[in-house]
Amino acid sequence: MFELSPAELDAVLLSLKVSLWAVGISLPIGIATAWVLARLEFPGKTLLDALIHVPLVLPPVVVGYLLLLLLGRNGYIGGWLYENFNISVTFSWQGAAVAAAVMAFPLMVRAIRLSIEAIDTRLEQAALTLGARPLEVFITITLPLTGSGIVVGMILAFARALGEFGATITFVSAIPGETTTLPISLYTLSQIPGEEPGAIRLVILSLIVAFVAMFAAEVMARRIRRRISGA
Amino acid sequence: MSLSVDLRTSLGAFTVNAQFDSSGSTTALFGKSGAGKTSIVQMIAGLIRPQIGRIIIGEHTVFDNARNIDIPAHQRRVGYVFQDARLFPHMSVRRNLDYGHRRRGGGDFSPTFDDVVDVLAIAPLLDRRTHLLSGGECQRVAIGRALLSGPRVLLMDEPLASLDETLKAEIIPFIVQVQEEFRLPIVYVSHSVNEVLKLADTMVLLADGAVAAVGAVEEVMNRPDLVRITDTGDAGTVIPVRVTATDDTFGIATVTFKGGEFLVPITGLQTGGSLRLHVRARDVSLALKKPENVSVLNIFEGTVTSVSNNNQPQMDISIDVGGTIIWSQITQKSVLDLKIAPGRRVFAMVKAVAIDPPVTQS
Repeated sequence: MFELSPAELDAVLLSLKVSLWAVGISLPIGIATAWVLARLEFPGKTLLDALIHVPLVLPPVVVGYLLLLLLGRNGYIGGWLYENFNISVTFSWQGAAVAAAVMAFPLMVRAIRLSIEAIDTRLEQAALTLGARPLEVFITITLPLTGSGIVVGMILAFARALGEFGATITFVSAIPGETTTLPISLYTLSQIPGEEPGAIRLVILSLIVAFVAMFAAEVMARRIRRRISGA
Repeated sequence: MSLSVDLRTSLGAFTVNAQFDSSGSTTALFGKSGAGKTSIVQMIAGLIRPQIGRIIIGEHTVFDNARNIDIPAHQRRVGYVFQDARLFPHMSVRRNLDYGHRRRGGGDFSPTFDDVVDVLAIAPLLDRRTHLLSGGECQRVAIGRALLSGPRVLLMDEPLASLDETLKAEIIPFIVQVQEEFRLPIVYVSHSVNEVLKLADTMVLLADGAVAAVGAVEEVMNRPDLVRITDTGDAGTVIPVRVTATDDTFGIATVTFKGGEFLVPITGLQTGGSLRLHVRARDVSLALKKPENVSVLNIFEGTVTSVSNNNQPQMDISIDVGGTIIWSQITQKSVLDLKIAPGRRVFAMVKAVAIDPPVTQS
C-alpha cells in the first residue's frame, strides 16, 4: 500500500496549511474588494480592477519577484515591517501563503463580485425600511445571499493556492520543511538524478490531494447553495 | 396622524414637484404609471433623496433640506410594502416576520406577532420558505413584516398590481382588516379606482410628477376633468349609497342615495350596509323623454348643471339628480342634437351591469 514518508506527509500538510491560510487571508479583503467593485463607482475603478487581475496574466515568477522586492527584508514594505515589528515573511511558510494568496486573489474576487452583482438590491432597500442599519443589511442580507459566490471563490482560490509554484519558489525558495509544498518538493526531486520513483509518488499524492479537496469543496458548496435557495 | 409632503426633485428627465397634506387614515396616491407615485413614496421612505423639500410624518420631520434634516431610511420607521413583496429568499416566513419585529422601535404602534399573524391568516405559512408562497401569500407576509416593524405609517406601493383579479379580491379584505385592527395611517399607491374606493378616504391625484388634486376620495373622484388625466377611462361619479334591499333570485340589490335608488347586480350585500358606487361617466347616457321598454334598470330624472366645452369629441355633462351630481360623458354631436345645456331636464340612464361590483361594506 501507499505509506507516506515523513517528508511526504510534511509536504501534504504544508500544502494544505499554506492553501488554507492563503484562502483565509484573502477572504475578508476579497469580499471587501468585490463589494467595492460591484457597488461603487469612482474614478480609477478600471485601474483598480486591472491591478487586481494582473496576477492572472503575469508570469508567476514576475509576481514572486515583485513580492521579493516589496516584502523582502530589504523591500519597501518588508524592510519597514522587519525594522518596526521584527516580522519577516521571506523564506518561510507564511511567505508561501502570501504568494499563494496574491495569485489566488483575482479568482476569488471575480467569483464573489459576480454574485454580489446578482443580488437584487431591492431586498437591501426592504431591509433598510424594516429598520436594519446599513452594516446589518450587509451582514444579514448581502453576505448570506452572496454565500454561493463566496464558496465558489474560496474553492477556486484554494485550488489555485494548492497548485501555486512559480511565485512561491521565486519568493520563498525551496526550504526543506518550511516552504516545500507538494509542487515544490516534486520540482526539487525532479532535479535530482535517480529520484524518479519518489517524484512519481509525489505526482500520485498530488492527484489524490487535489481530487479529495475538490470533491469535499463541491459537497460543501452544494450544501450551502441548498441552504440559501431553500430548494 | 398627518402627512405633509413638499418635494421638488428631478430624477433624470422626470421631475417630481408635489405638495400635499393629508390627515386621512388612508391616503391614496393615485395616477397613471409614470405619474411619480412610487418616486414620492420612496422619498417618504428615505430610499430616494429629494433635492428640495420637506416631509413630515405626524410630528416627525424626516426630511427638510432647509434645516439639513435627512433621517436615514432605517430610522424613519415607515413600513414599506413593495409591489413585488421583496421577502428575503434565504429566510423562512417566520424569520422574515421576525426581521422587522426584532427591529421595531418601541413606538406607539407595536402590534404583537400573534395579532399580526392572526389578522393576515399567515399562521400556516410560518415555517415555509418564501419561494413556495403564492403571490397573494407573499403580499400578506410582506404586509405582516412591515406591520411588525412598528412603523409610524404604512406605505403600500401598488401591493396588488402584480396579482390577478381573483387574488386582488382575496387580499383586499385583509388590508381592510389591517385598517380596522391596527388603525395605522396608510399611504396607498394605486392606479386602480376600485382599490382606492375600497380602501382610501383621502386621495392625492398625481399627473406628470405634480399634484392635480387633493381631497376626500368622493370629492376628487367626482371631478371627471381631473380624473381623466389618468387615462383610465374611469372618470365618473362616486356615490355613497346604503343597501335597502337584496334580491337573491336575480342577484340584484337595491341601494339608495340622496337622489333615488340604484339596482345593481351585486350579491352578498347586507341590508343596511353602506358602500360607494362608482359610475363611469362613459356608462351614463342621456335622453330627453323618459325611455320606455328599455333594458336599462337605472333611470334618473335630473337637471343639467354644466356642460364642459373642452372642444373634444366627448363632453362632460353634470346632472343634478335630487342633490347628487352624476356625470355623463357623451359626444359633442349628441350635445348639439339634444340641445343639452345647463338647466335642461334630462333622463340619465345607467346600465346596472356597467356598475363595478364593489366595494367595502361597512
